[in-house]
Parts: sequence; C-alpha cells; structure tokens
Amino acid sequence: MAVIDLANPTRFLTLVNRVLPWLAVATLALFAIGLFLAMNAPDDYQQGATVKIMFLHVPAAWLGMFGWALMSIAALGTLVWRHPLADVAGKAAAPIGATFTFICLVTGSLWGRPTWGTYWVWDARLTSMLVLLLLYLGVLALYWTAEEPGRGARAAAILSLVGAVNLPIIKFSVDWWNTLHQPASVFRMGGSTIDPTLLTPLLIMALAFTLLFLTLHIAIMRNEIMRRRVRSMRLMQAQELAEAT
Amino acid sequence: MNLGPHGDFIVAAYAVTAFAVTALIAWVVLDYAAQRRILGDLEDRGITRRSQRKS
Repeated sequence: MAVIDLANPTRFLTLVNRVLPWLAVATLALFAIGLFLAMNAPDDYQQGATVKIMFLHVPAAWLGMFGWALMSIAALGTLVWRHPLADVAGKAAAPIGATFTFICLVTGSLWGRPTWGTYWVWDARLTSMLVLLLLYLGVLALYWTAEEPGRGARAAAILSLVGAVNLPIIKFSVDWWNTLHQPASVFRMGGSTIDPTLLTPLLIMALAFTLLFLTLHIAIMRNEIMRRRVRSMRLMQAQELAEAT
Repeated sequence: MNLGPHGDFIVAAYAVTAFAVTALIAWVVLDYAAQRRILGDLEDRGITRRSQRKS
C-alpha cells in the first residue's frame, strides 16, 4: 500500500484498526519500563527526589509543542490542498496537545515550589507555555462551537498557523530573556548536561509519552471520521425526507 | 523508596498526570463506543452514505 493511499479515509480506518492494538501494547510496555527506571533513578545532588517530576514535565512540554507543530502542518493540508484527512488530523491533535500542555504547566508548578520557592512566576518560558494552552483552548472552541464543520476547520487552521509563531518563542525564551526557568539541558550544542542515570529514564519516558500521543491521535482521528460519517448519513436522511414530502 | 521532604509534590505531579491521561483515554474510548452505536443504528434503519449505494 502506497503512503498516498492512506489519505483515503476508508483505507485509513482499516489500517488504524490493524495498528492500534499493537501501538497500545508498545505504549504500555514502554511506560512500564520508563516508570520502573524513573522510580529507581538516583536523587539529584541539588534537587533531591523532586527530580522525578522531570520524567513527566519534560516529555509533556515537548509533546505540548509537538501537538501544535502537527496542527500547523495539518493546517497547510486544510488550507492549501483542502484535504479532509488533514483537518481530521489537526482536530485530533488539539485535545491531546492541550492535555500535555496542561500537564506540563501543573507538574512544572509542583516542581517549582520546592525548587524555586514559588508555584508560578511570569517569566518568558512559563508565560509562553500558558499562552500555548490558551491557544489550544481557542482552537478547541472553534472546532466544537462551529455550526458548519468546514468553516470551523478553516478558522482553526488559520489560528494554528498564526499560533505557530509561539513555538520558537517557547523554545528560545530561555536564551532571549533572563528567566527563572533553566536553559535547555537535553538537546543542546555540546551534548546533554544531565547525568546518564537520569537521562536514560527521561528519554524512555519521552518515548512512551510520544507513543501514547500517536496512539491517541490515530484513535481520535478514527472517532472523528466516524462522527463525519454519522453527520453525512443524517444529512442524506434529512434530504430524502424533504424530497419525499 | 524515600521521596524526601517534598514527597507530596512528587505524588501530586504523578497523580495529576495519571488523572489527565486517564480522562483523555476514557473520553476517546467512550466517544468511539458512542460513534459505533450511532453508526450501527443508522445502518440498521437502512441509511447509508452515498458512496455505499449501488447504482
């Protein structure tokens, strides 16, 4: 099967039904390994055991941003090629990205209190991440409140592209401004500054969360395709009733 | 496992994450069941999509 064939919703559904159970099992297995390593990871020499929050906070932050990047790419598919699956992909990524951004903000706050002495500061990294959550809520509102799905999809696609400006601001905020939040410590020039005993569980947890994202994404895409079929069948039914009377 | 003096913050972080992820999964599963049920009802009543109709 060529990749382009997957752009057909019926073929996509067939593939999803085949792949989803395997993805779910792989996700569970990776979480089991990742959580075992995270719970047995040594304490940080400065932060103590609170470093265990990093295994949730950092993957959630990455995936919160990944979700918006995915929506921006899907937005191009919606606006330029007007492909229905592109809109389905964008819409499916929004609730997952919003959930991960929420997790990132809450776990960061719970990590900040013992580490910095405060739950929240209005520094550039924290504020731009909060803006990302608000953007997600805006996109979800557009999708869920639009009377006509096509109009909602176009508005959400435009907001997705405009909101993509926030991604480099989040990423480089710790370099451009003086922030309480630490600079990049995993992916940086010169290599990671995190000890391998903490880096290994972090990367495995990140992989587990990424698989969870992908599993949920294709599951929500499947639900959305089914929801659109229901809508189209109800419209057909209404049209037939109107013609009969 | 000793979580030290800030164990409550660690437990809270894991609990919030577990709750949020579980809620998301539950919504996906319940939504799938609902869409399947509605599609089944419509098909039982003989309503099909245009692409499924034989000419």
